[in-house]
Amino acid sequence: MLKPSVGSQSGAQAPGSGPVTPLHQPLLHESGLKHTSGEARYVDDLPAPHGMLVAQVVSSPHAHARLRGLDTRKARAVPGVHAVLTAADIPGENNCGPVVHDEEVLAKDTVHFLGQAVALVVGDSYEACRAGVAAVQADYEVLPAIVTLDDALAKGSWLSDEHKLERGDVAAALASADVRLSGEFRTGGQDHFYLETQCTLAIPVEDRSLELFSSTQHPSEVQTLVAHLLGWHRNQVNVTVPRMGGGFGGKETQAAPYACLASLAAVKTGRPVKVWLNRDQDMMWTGKRHPFLTRYEAGFMKDGSLVGLKAELFSDGGFSTDLSRAILDRALFHIDNGYFLPAVRVTGRVAKTNLPSNTAFRGFGGPQGMAVIEHVLTRASEVLGVDPVALRRKNFYGAAPRNVTPFRQEVKDNRLPRIFDELEHTSDYRKRLAEVDAFNASSRWNKRGLAMTPVKFGISFTTSFLNQAGALAVLYADGSLQLNHGGTEMGQGLHTKMLAIAAHELGLSPQAIRVMATATDKVPNTSATAASSGADLNGQAVKQACETLRERLRPVAARLLGVPAANAKELLFAGGRVFLPSRPELALPFEKVTGEAYLQQVPMSATGFYKTPDIHFDKATGRGKPFHYFAYGAAVSEVEVSGLTGEHRLRRVDILHDVGASLVPTIDKGQVEGAFIQGWGWLTIEELKTDEKGFLRTHSPDTYKIPAFGDAPVDFRVALLTNAAQDDVIHGSKAVGEPPFMLALSAVAALRHAVAAFGPKGREVQLAIPCTPEAVLFAVERQRAP
Amino acid sequence: MDHLRFNLNGTWVTERAVPPTTTLLRYLRDVKGLPGTKEGCAEGDCGACTVAVAEAGADGKPRWRAVNSCLLLLPMVQGKHVVTVEALRAPDGAWHPAQEALARALGSQCGYCTPGVVMSMFEATYREDLDQPWKLDDQLCGNLCRCTGYRPIRDAAQKIAGACPKDRFTACAPESMELHYQAGGQRFVTPVTFDALFDELERHPDARFVVGGTDLSLEITKRFVAPPKLVSLEGLAPLRVLEESAAGFRIGAGVPISELEAWSERRLPSLHRMVRYFGARQIKHRGTVGGNLCTASPIGDLAPALMSLGASAVLRGRAGERTVALEDFFVGYRKTALSPGELLAAVLVPRVPDSARAVSYKVSKRRELDISSVSAGLYVEVDAKGVVTLARLAFGGMAATPKRASAAEAALVGQPWTEASIERAAQALSKDFTPLSDHRGSKEYRALVAANLLRGFFDETKDVKQPRLAPGHAATVQAGAEVRGA
Repeated sequence: MLKPSVGSQSGAQAPGSGPVTPLHQPLLHESGLKHTSGEARYVDDLPAPHGMLVAQVVSSPHAHARLRGLDTRKARAVPGVHAVLTAADIPGENNCGPVVHDEEVLAKDTVHFLGQAVALVVGDSYEACRAGVAAVQADYEVLPAIVTLDDALAKGSWLSDEHKLERGDVAAALASADVRLSGEFRTGGQDHFYLETQCTLAIPVEDRSLELFSSTQHPSEVQTLVAHLLGWHRNQVNVTVPRMGGGFGGKETQAAPYACLASLAAVKTGRPVKVWLNRDQDMMWTGKRHPFLTRYEAGFMKDGSLVGLKAELFSDGGFSTDLSRAILDRALFHIDNGYFLPAVRVTGRVAKTNLPSNTAFRGFGGPQGMAVIEHVLTRASEVLGVDPVALRRKNFYGAAPRNVTPFRQEVKDNRLPRIFDELEHTSDYRKRLAEVDAFNASSRWNKRGLAMTPVKFGISFTTSFLNQAGALAVLYADGSLQLNHGGTEMGQGLHTKMLAIAAHELGLSPQAIRVMATATDKVPNTSATAASSGADLNGQAVKQACETLRERLRPVAARLLGVPAANAKELLFAGGRVFLPSRPELALPFEKVTGEAYLQQVPMSATGFYKTPDIHFDKATGRGKPFHYFAYGAAVSEVEVSGLTGEHRLRRVDILHDVGASLVPTIDKGQVEGAFIQGWGWLTIEELKTDEKGFLRTHSPDTYKIPAFGDAPVDFRVALLTNAAQDDVIHGSKAVGEPPFMLALSAVAALRHAVAAFGPKGREVQLAIPCTPEAVLFAVERQRAP
Repeated sequence: MDHLRFNLNGTWVTERAVPPTTTLLRYLRDVKGLPGTKEGCAEGDCGACTVAVAEAGADGKPRWRAVNSCLLLLPMVQGKHVVTVEALRAPDGAWHPAQEALARALGSQCGYCTPGVVMSMFEATYREDLDQPWKLDDQLCGNLCRCTGYRPIRDAAQKIAGACPKDRFTACAPESMELHYQAGGQRFVTPVTFDALFDELERHPDARFVVGGTDLSLEITKRFVAPPKLVSLEGLAPLRVLEESAAGFRIGAGVPISELEAWSERRLPSLHRMVRYFGARQIKHRGTVGGNLCTASPIGDLAPALMSLGASAVLRGRAGERTVALEDFFVGYRKTALSPGELLAAVLVPRVPDSARAVSYKVSKRRELDISSVSAGLYVEVDAKGVVTLARLAFGGMAATPKRASAAEAALVGQPWTEASIERAAQALSKDFTPLSDHRGSKEYRALVAANLLRGFFDETKDVKQPRLAPGHAATVQAGAEVRGA
């Protein structure tokens, strides 16, 4: 079996020379070699079970229409077609809305977006299914559709009430300001573009049950929704996630509709059914990052101090609620980023449009909120002529009373001042700023920009009860361990971290442990692997389960070693051995202890469970402590812009990011780098273009561009903050999945800096997001205009 | 040969019943049960389906090439060796250097793009010409990764690039591509002589030409329509020539873009700049000069570059060859001057005189593997007095066909080669073109960029008449003394 090895110290050291642990060490990705050999299996790669059928969705060609009739007779007669299923075939609840039940699996009488499923054709082959789809006759009465956020706002089309955070007298604060800035600010949507598209295989098994293999971040929710769809109990549905080829939030809720379809088809035909979306279908039908429009007014004193902020946020939720309200909340929670807002009134509302339902995407609204305040501060520095780094520093959270968020959570252990100081130094920021200015003075067509921005990101599900996790550790008599936990692996390295924690607790090498595919029959009622919380929550549960096993083995080992029971607690489990530190030469191999434990009838499976303590939030008052802690980071980006084409390049990026005491630093560094580039893609290239009919014209990588190999910065320097262990989190670590995504905001500030250099001093930059070459060139033109 | 025969992962395989429009990707996954190779987009834009194919090179030596298996029809590997990610590990379990380097660098996270990345790195392992950093970008830009941000992949690729281990992959012996194949009601013929080609065309006048398949295969993978009769030009050696004489160059229509890229670097720097960002390595291995020109796309990156160099097209029918100026080859939106039964055989490019300044530009939203918003081939000859004697300014993406800007050219000829003259030419462009808006760019952006390319061309050729792309260039146009000095 392929196993990761410790990069710097392979092989266990002899007992006595200190305990060996893979924790905090530069491990390889647990599946890395399997990825490179093609051995790693994803749902679509699993061998087809005997008699397996495939399916194709019959989708609405209209963004909004009444479904007057649906004739499937001809389609059922197509050779190779086994079934054509419609809403009438659903025995239970026709819903896959995760929070609010406002999303039908198969549309019954109205379609709400172009691409919504109205029927499912199940057949021997994709060819047969496509012929079946073409033969379905659907009769639509086209209804007026809302396909832009602006139109939804104008028509008052909503999916939520107004959410609000408020502190102090904003009107008075704004009135007292030296300078007031107001405006509209927009950020766009973003396709997840996980390389593996949505896929579920459903296999009917005995006892009127289903075995599902699904590419989902939330197997328990898939299980629940499938059970409801079929009118079954959850114990009739088992969901296994082998691994995902990327998730990024796009498989938190949106794997479920296709898992429901596969399940319905499997039950109706009595045969295994796979539902897999091709790239175009996936991009056209699934939700994306929420586009946001913000109207704001901010007041500053001449020295750059922010005295008040009023902001109204509107997000495009698409046709159904999905997670939009929680995403809006997180946008509001992050309107402050790392800055103290003395007086603030920020409201938000989710708009309803006839588009696919927008959903979770790395950052979960946080980037959209944080982008607003960074935009406002960059503008302020441009208008006031205050150094942008000094201006940001001045507004950081500080000592009481400047240490309380707009939602009244105290900001403890604020690491931003330290991170800014260290990064300003290590990135040579001041020297390079002078070099950039000198370059710009001498270069006519190309200009450079440099900027440093911070990130403060709250960690926990803001729906407090979701902050729970379980684990099941199964130890065999030969000393080998199977580890199950509630989290799913989508590439983020969660399994590698869990492996390190388990190996640490039991003193095993990672080679002795197998992390199993996530399955609802191993750990029940799990939360989604989301909110960057996978390692925080599951890690504690894994630790507890392994501790339980270790403590059961301790008296067994003590007896074997002849150690008095009173001294058993001194035994060390390390390097695959159990020993007294004072007598390392008597070390017992771990498998000898487990073999003896079996003979002594010691139970060798154990569960672990964790819930995050002391978090709460009251939606009615907009107050509470929604986050267990905050993660911090900062980035310095240097860009060069062509004033002829608007093309630009990241010349150098320096990042200093806070992951506490990293569980596995190699994994965390990969998360930081990848998140930054993904954020840079959102902010500078990725552009969804929907036409007036609600049809997504950029539905494949031909027209929807994510960052490619040459877009990565030429010089990319990522460091993890040292001496940064975090209290009350698993082994002092901090969550890493989402926070570094927002470090890419530094690139936007740098682009603005470069664009500004094309015009006279003091002229404000108008640069739209995403900062495509076209957007940049037009911004340059405005600077150059006489 | 009337059946398919190719070497898959070290074993010669025969197929007689697989329909010829089956892609190699579907064949590997659905027929052979090799799911390591992934489908990420089915259009050659993500690289997850990358495999390596060895065929005999011009010098007779087999070379491994990374290609998109999603666009490769099974008859296109006739006589060739195919290696997938599953076969890289040695029989004794030893990892291929590409696999080990990538895993050690943590160059995989979710792992779904990884088999494709490994296969691109596999090609890099055996390349002897990876002597400049940009060539590594070129090698890997056809593999999208959504997780890593690419830094670790670059580190891993640098470790193995050009290592050229002597292993079992260096010994392979490709066979002839000749094929007359029918299955599932579809026909696929690969002739190796012109006589055989014209015989086939007489018997099947409704047959369609295909070479690399990078465009045609999209009909199969995206629109699910299978062309019933295909004639591949890939087996015709005379279409693969790259010849050089005192008068100029003859570039065979069947020359893959990757070969053109290597060949043009020293000979035609202006053309080379266009080819650099033409597409990903995988696409460049399969896409050909003739395919790009005969598609007659309004953008057609090669067309403006070649038109600006004064190229002409050699058309070949049973009766012989005829030559037309390249601008006359494009007769309308996606229409060429080819008659039925005729094919594009070659492109003739005259030598660039010392008096000439020439650069080609490709401007796209993303630098790599993207379709141009605007492309241009710009060429002027300036006499000893500094007066422009000839101007060929050709643009793509600005009209229904790639087209020369006659008003802008007229504004330059007879004028001194100065910024004021180029400014007048830039202004004149509005008489030449009325571009359209689409999802790649607005008409305003296109018009502005086209004019700016002229400005950049003047600036860039002040000191060097045919400037090359500098390392770390920020944009297609390398304007400014600081770049030229680099």
